[in-house]
Amino acid sequence: MTEKPAAGKGAAEKPKSEYRGQIHKLQKDLMTRWYQRLEESALTGNPKSVSLLISGACVELLESFDVVPIYPEVNALQLAIRHESLEPILYAEQMGYASDNCAYVKADVGAMMLRVTPTGTKMPTPALALCNFVGCNVYTKWFEHLSEFQQTPLYMLDTPFMRTDSPRKEDVAYIVQQLHEIVKILEQITGKKFDIDRFRHAVQCSRQVEEMWSRIKRLAQNVPAPFDAYFDAITLMGPLYTYRANPKGVEFFEVALRELQEKVDRKEGVYDQERFRVVIEGPPPYPYFRSFRDMLSSWKAVSVASTYSTVGGLWEFGFRHDAENPFEAVALHMLEQNLCNRNMLQRYEQIRRYVEEWKADGLIIHFVKSCRLFSAGQGDMRDYFTRTLGIPTLYLESDIEDPRYFGEAQIKNRVDAYFEALGHAQATGAAVAHASSQAAGPSAQNLRVID
Amino acid sequence: MTLATIDSTFERCTEIIGDLNFPEVRRWKDEHPGGKAVAHFPVYAPVELIHACGILPVTLNGAGDRLDIQHADARFGSFICSIVKTTLEMGMTDHLAIIDGMLFSTICDSARNLCYVLKRNYPHMYLDFMHLPHNPMPGSGVVPFLAAEYKRIQDELEKLSGKKATDEGLRKSIALYNENRSLLRDLYALRAEKPEVLRTSELYALMRAGNFMPVETHNLWLVEALGELRGRTGKPRDSIRVVVEGSFCEQPPLDLIRIIEDAGCYVVDDDFIVGRRWFTEDVPETGDPLTALADSYVNRSVYSSVRHDARKPRQKELVKKVHARNARAVIMLIAKFCEPALFDYVLFKRELEAQGIPHLLLEFEEKAFTFERLRTEVETFVESLLFE
Repeated sequence: MTEKPAAGKGAAEKPKSEYRGQIHKLQKDLMTRWYQRLEESALTGNPKSVSLLISGACVELLESFDVVPIYPEVNALQLAIRHESLEPILYAEQMGYASDNCAYVKADVGAMMLRVTPTGTKMPTPALALCNFVGCNVYTKWFEHLSEFQQTPLYMLDTPFMRTDSPRKEDVAYIVQQLHEIVKILEQITGKKFDIDRFRHAVQCSRQVEEMWSRIKRLAQNVPAPFDAYFDAITLMGPLYTYRANPKGVEFFEVALRELQEKVDRKEGVYDQERFRVVIEGPPPYPYFRSFRDMLSSWKAVSVASTYSTVGGLWEFGFRHDAENPFEAVALHMLEQNLCNRNMLQRYEQIRRYVEEWKADGLIIHFVKSCRLFSAGQGDMRDYFTRTLGIPTLYLESDIEDPRYFGEAQIKNRVDAYFEALGHAQATGAAVAHASSQAAGPSAQNLRVID
Repeated sequence: MTLATIDSTFERCTEIIGDLNFPEVRRWKDEHPGGKAVAHFPVYAPVELIHACGILPVTLNGAGDRLDIQHADARFGSFICSIVKTTLEMGMTDHLAIIDGMLFSTICDSARNLCYVLKRNYPHMYLDFMHLPHNPMPGSGVVPFLAAEYKRIQDELEKLSGKKATDEGLRKSIALYNENRSLLRDLYALRAEKPEVLRTSELYALMRAGNFMPVETHNLWLVEALGELRGRTGKPRDSIRVVVEGSFCEQPPLDLIRIIEDAGCYVVDDDFIVGRRWFTEDVPETGDPLTALADSYVNRSVYSSVRHDARKPRQKELVKKVHARNARAVIMLIAKFCEPALFDYVLFKRELEAQGIPHLLLEFEEKAFTFERLRTEVETFVESLLFE
């Protein structure tokens, strides 16, 4: 059983919710190995490294050239979760970045200037800044800046936004043509000839990983859910991005799937008795990751699905990379099958399916100041889920990276009020949506910013 | 409309841009029963397409300080710029009822989400999102992509208006907007040459009024204004020549522009409503019109904070602009929470400092109506330059 009484003060209030299996050891090994490869690249120039962004990454192409990806977002979140993000953010603000700019960018740029890395290992200067622009306009600025500061060539892989019900053939053709341009650049950088079979192999690895990741996500439909699809999913997301197109990624997900399936078979949940099942929308507050998790744990609330875990790709509804048509598969993934390049209404539909198919009691919307792609319009999302669908919804505001925007006591009050109302409604059979929409409190402008 | 004097033109333009009831759009609709109006969110849209479908194009500029935000805050939350909220508020208070459709594009994350929030709340309206590309490199296949995107939009607009846009009609629309842009270029050149003759607040009002009226009418107004301005005289002031940069989407209040001028600045170039002056030269009026528009977007556009173009780093282009207009300094006039402009500020600042060009950062909100602090900042900046 995963839940053990935590030692010391507040033990009764905060059941330990983390699952510590083989998954965690293997994840740590893989991430350490990734940082080691980056250091090797920094020290010896081999392997070559290329900066890339998480959402809709075309990592398969890099893998086929044995190029190691640098993900600035992973570096930024690692800094935040280790409580090391504020110093680089402040440094970036001294450079001229505004308090209202994305703090992921500020932490990354500040850390680069200060030569700080989350692991203390060396970070290479990439041979190419490959900006896979998939919806997030900040991506374009981020990589323009990195290219300028690092004096690195930049390629803008422009992905048309999902503005029609299905992908247009012109959109796919445009992306494919750009991917072929990138192949030429990678050939120059690495001095290797493009090998379609290696590319197909990378795509095939992704396909296998996606299949297992998708099955893992579906395991959370079980009651009780064997893992938390928001907090624990983040552990799995590291290997998903860094090693998806590599046999090591396949091995990792085989173990992860097996381990979690065994938990389901034993009817083991995150808690001894799961009380609430929620869907979480929006990125996590990484600087207060532990505190936020504890707030939900104290109510034995498990997140059964999350939109954040689909930033890199949306696979639980069936999409898989296709090794027969590798360029088109990568293009479709970038275009249609990751959260960032999909429009708000497609996200509403995704969440609605989560609530229904994953049997959730409610929705928590986490507005993060840094990420307007996620957050702009989330008040409307709340309106849709509470008023139109009658789903109890809690709306919180903080940040993904900047610790100054997390009002711990206030957020805890709101989380407590929400679950209290949910619990009351469950016990009495009262109108859940109404009760909790009141518990969800006033509109965003009334929330105080901790600064 | 006959214009007695240039001053009355500016006065009328100021009235038009301050009226949230779109009087000129209403007048056009009265004159064209069954006619449709399609608005686009700043910064750029291929208005020629809208026009060629027999639809009146309208450029939205938010609501300034003329509408209290009572509903939109709850939908968009904190840390989101004014224009996104005032546009939604206009929808929620029926101010957009005269508008039959709206086009959005890839300018920023907030504006994109606004498109879809509006779509959910106003299902009867034609709401569309255009992907304006960020990879202008020749090998990327960008021009055919954009031409196909314009064709998609054209098809939708034709459904809305019930009128087919012919190639000939499109070329005529292109010619009309070429004339409009050319007249605005002339006015900008006149102001840079004789800033004492044409105040920026006047030029701005004249240009912005064009957002809400038929291009044919606006062209007449511009021709007349140019004619009258050539005979106008003004007393040179002891002002410094500045370029204003950063207000390409949400627009600064007219009073704020006046304050910058009154505090001792000749604004000799700016990026206000830059979509009206988007092309560096005319869009070709021959050949396939959609390809002409697409190719112009890719290869003959001004630099912009909402568009990536590796061939023209913005910070270098800004410096070129400063030199071309013989300006002494730059005022970065940025809307609060405007992420593209705030990001660009970092590279602009770096380059301006490397080139020894003085600069001042000012943040504004379109809904602001007192500017005393900003006035003091500009005055201090000007003094520091005059007495350096």
